[in-house]
Amino acid sequence: MSTYLRAAMAIYWKDVTVEARTKETVFGVLVFALIVTFIFKFTFDPAPRVVALIGPGIAWVAYIFAGIVGMGRTFVLERDRGTLEALLLAPVPREAIYLGKLAGAFTLMIVVEAAMLPVFVVLHDLSFLSLPFAATAVLATVGLAAVGTLFSAIAVQTRARELLLPLLFLPVTLPVIIAAVSSTSLLLEGGGWREVGEWLRLMLAFDIAFLVLSSWAFESVLEE
Amino acid sequence: MAVAVSGLSKTFGTTRALVDVHLSVGWGETLAVLGHNGAGKSTLLRVIASLVRPDAGTVAVGGFERAKDAAAARSIVGYVAHQPLLYDDLTAAENLAFFARLYGVRDARARIAEVLDDLGASAWADRRVRGLSNGMQKRVAIARALLHRPSVLLLDEPETGLDVDGLAMLDRLVRTVTDGGAAVVMTTHGMERGLSLADRIAVLAEGRVALSGRTAEVTPADVRAMLTRQYQVAP
Repeated sequence: MSTYLRAAMAIYWKDVTVEARTKETVFGVLVFALIVTFIFKFTFDPAPRVVALIGPGIAWVAYIFAGIVGMGRTFVLERDRGTLEALLLAPVPREAIYLGKLAGAFTLMIVVEAAMLPVFVVLHDLSFLSLPFAATAVLATVGLAAVGTLFSAIAVQTRARELLLPLLFLPVTLPVIIAAVSSTSLLLEGGGWREVGEWLRLMLAFDIAFLVLSSWAFESVLEE
Repeated sequence: MAVAVSGLSKTFGTTRALVDVHLSVGWGETLAVLGHNGAGKSTLLRVIASLVRPDAGTVAVGGFERAKDAAAARSIVGYVAHQPLLYDDLTAAENLAFFARLYGVRDARARIAEVLDDLGASAWADRRVRGLSNGMQKRVAIARALLHRPSVLLLDEPETGLDVDGLAMLDRLVRTVTDGGAAVVMTTHGMERGLSLADRIAVLAEGRVALSGRTAEVTPADVRAMLTRQYQVAP
């Protein structure tokens, strides 16, 4: 196995192990997603017809806000204990650190998205279970995690880190957010692969572009 | 040369942390860097460790220039910082196993057992770092820095948090490392320890090398006078 993949997998596995033991981030993020969903439900109490219209937006707003909270912690924990320096001291490509952290952020978001599915069924009578939705969720989450991991590394070096991350993250990920919501809406209206194909391709292009760009930019972001 | 620093300068905002620093350390030698708080000792080590990019000057570690071949330079450096640089929720052994994978250490399990034994930390191998005292964490941190058998060991005030046994262990360790041909650069506030352990000494004042030379040629009185002068100059 190459140095690159070995290092990325070691970092990913370390993040998963730490999170599995503490469950701090996953519970925090899940509760955050639940609160956002509950607020929509009990503040607006939308009629079923309206739910079908705004449901995908509610779901993705909950996922994205929760994702910002989770990704914000990706580097904060490393920075606070100084372990980010230990990672930077290692003779591994910076892109491997990026990939390992991205994989951790992706896993966290996917776990939260999966855990929230039954909540949407119970609260809004929305069932997203389908293969095209799984593809939408995976492609959107890769894009969100790719951007979020890079911006989290930038934000952690500033004092206004909590403010900076959403300010950087939301405008840049707007294409993915629009694509994910549109694709989910089409699927709820009975569409399939053919209807959502264009949105999936857009997300795939976004993912590739930001994986390449973020990997390239990551080294200069981390150097003092 | 194990470490060659030439014309090194680094500024943080309006603070000049390092100003035209020239230093060198040969293989098998120990350099002790002394100076008051804020003199630039830690910044110097962080630049050598390639954690901080200098504004000017060059750093070569084991012949690898930091600017051209940072990854190769990092692969031969072990660094002990103020903080332990360990994951609280992993055990000592799990932390070392993680870093062994990053450094590509062969036969990692045996090597982890060996360094923990050398540091007198075998008994805590399966305890989470969160539950270890500062001194225990420091020993595991030193084990982490030694794991990949570095040719250049950077120690930033390594005595912090260590008890009497720990300090004796640290002294033995520095001698063992240099006897094996590796170089050690350590910052310290302990003038006596620095002079007794090191082959060369450098005193930093406001980012500049105020005094440097072989410890055989520098008396404690010279160092004390230099440090005292810094106190008098400081507002």
